[in-house]
Amino acid sequence: MIKSFGWDSVEFLIRGAGWTLLLSLMTFVIGGFFALVFALLRTLGPKPVRVVIAGFIQLVQATPLLIIVFLTFYGLSFVGLHFPPMMAAGLSLAVYTTAFLADIWRGCIEAIPRQQWEAADALALTRAQQLRYVILPQAFKISLGPTVGFMVQIVKNTSVVALIGFVELTRAGQLLNNMTFQPFHVFLTVAAIYFAICYPLSFLSERLKGIRNVRPAH
Amino acid sequence: MSALHINEIKKYFGSLLVLDGVSLDIAQSEVVAVIGRSGSGKSTMLRCINGLEKIQSGSIEVAGHRIGPQGGDLRSLRKEVGMVFQSYNLFPHLTVLENVTLAPKVVKGVDREEAEEIAHEVLRRVGLAEKSGAYADELSGGQQQRVAIARSLAMQPKVMLFDEVTSALDPELTGEVLKTMEELADAGMTMVLVTHEMGFARQVADRTVFMHKGKIWEQGASEDVFANPQTPELRNFIAPNLK
Repeated sequence: MIKSFGWDSVEFLIRGAGWTLLLSLMTFVIGGFFALVFALLRTLGPKPVRVVIAGFIQLVQATPLLIIVFLTFYGLSFVGLHFPPMMAAGLSLAVYTTAFLADIWRGCIEAIPRQQWEAADALALTRAQQLRYVILPQAFKISLGPTVGFMVQIVKNTSVVALIGFVELTRAGQLLNNMTFQPFHVFLTVAAIYFAICYPLSFLSERLKGIRNVRPAH
Repeated sequence: MSALHINEIKKYFGSLLVLDGVSLDIAQSEVVAVIGRSGSGKSTMLRCINGLEKIQSGSIEVAGHRIGPQGGDLRSLRKEVGMVFQSYNLFPHLTVLENVTLAPKVVKGVDREEAEEIAHEVLRRVGLAEKSGAYADELSGGQQQRVAIARSLAMQPKVMLFDEVTSALDPELTGEVLKTMEELADAGMTMVLVTHEMGFARQVADRTVFMHKGKIWEQGASEDVFANPQTPELRNFIAPNLK
């Protein structure tokens, strides 16, 4: 069936974009949770735990996202774990996000001067209280810019799960192109929608880098 | 009754011996200045007193708490032993009031109202009552250091340690910090201060301790130590300061 590109096509793409957003959000929430745990353990955990987490981070960062997606979708089904595309997509993106965000956040925690820990220590705060009241609030402010910047990467990278058949924005574009044979109309619209999602995030990220009012103690 | 008793402590950084059997007794309400060259071990000794540095042998008793090579109950100790740092180390994301109320609230479980009452009282003592809403980066170095003193005071410590607290300040700002410290001394606070302010040590400290090569080289009533140094090392050290 050949149809031509029209408003209903745009509507179809926007529905695809909805799945892109949902997948991005899911990825960010799940990946963000584990990233926080990993960042803390990577900085403060016992040596063996730090080594294992550092290994995980390096391994994932050195693996193309697409390979992680294929491993989750095809690889795991080979050993009897059959995930539907949505689950496989969410899982692989969460693993990917965990590795990158954990590293970004670790950097933010380590950017807080040692003297801040010491001052809190001298005031008899426990390790957990030092983190909760002194270190994390400062690290959080520093992390806002790079974190939102990384969200842009997540949104764009969700496109690789089109290859396992999950119908998000890119996959919707492919399907539509197969029906219309108007690749420029279709993919320029797809690109425009990505831009509409990502640009505000990039803009926000730049703004957040500007307003951080944390000046590390001398 | 002694407020601080340091008994033959040794401290290594790697294989470098930085404290070589230091012993020191400090009485309640006594003010002791510790002077000496960089690397003489004076700051390290101070940091051992509240457990920021571990000792390898000997023991320390301060405000009724004991630290040995195995450590000790550092949290209870630090509730009663305040420390002020060279670089102030205020928490930059918190206001002055929040800096001062944090530890009483979180560590001692004092409720907010009472913590703020204490905070206003100690801020008034350091002459910064009107700055409670400011952030550290809106204050001068001297003001920041006075807030740091107030933050420590808010825990109502029995002993206070001052680690070169005026060394990072512009000369015209040291006066206000020294005045605050002098008032504390007059109020009967037990204080150990590592300092390069010889004039202040001589004038305010009851006793001055000169450290050299990780040892207490010479000590005595401040006036005597400065007027009548016994060792050539101390004479060399204070000579340029007396000009």
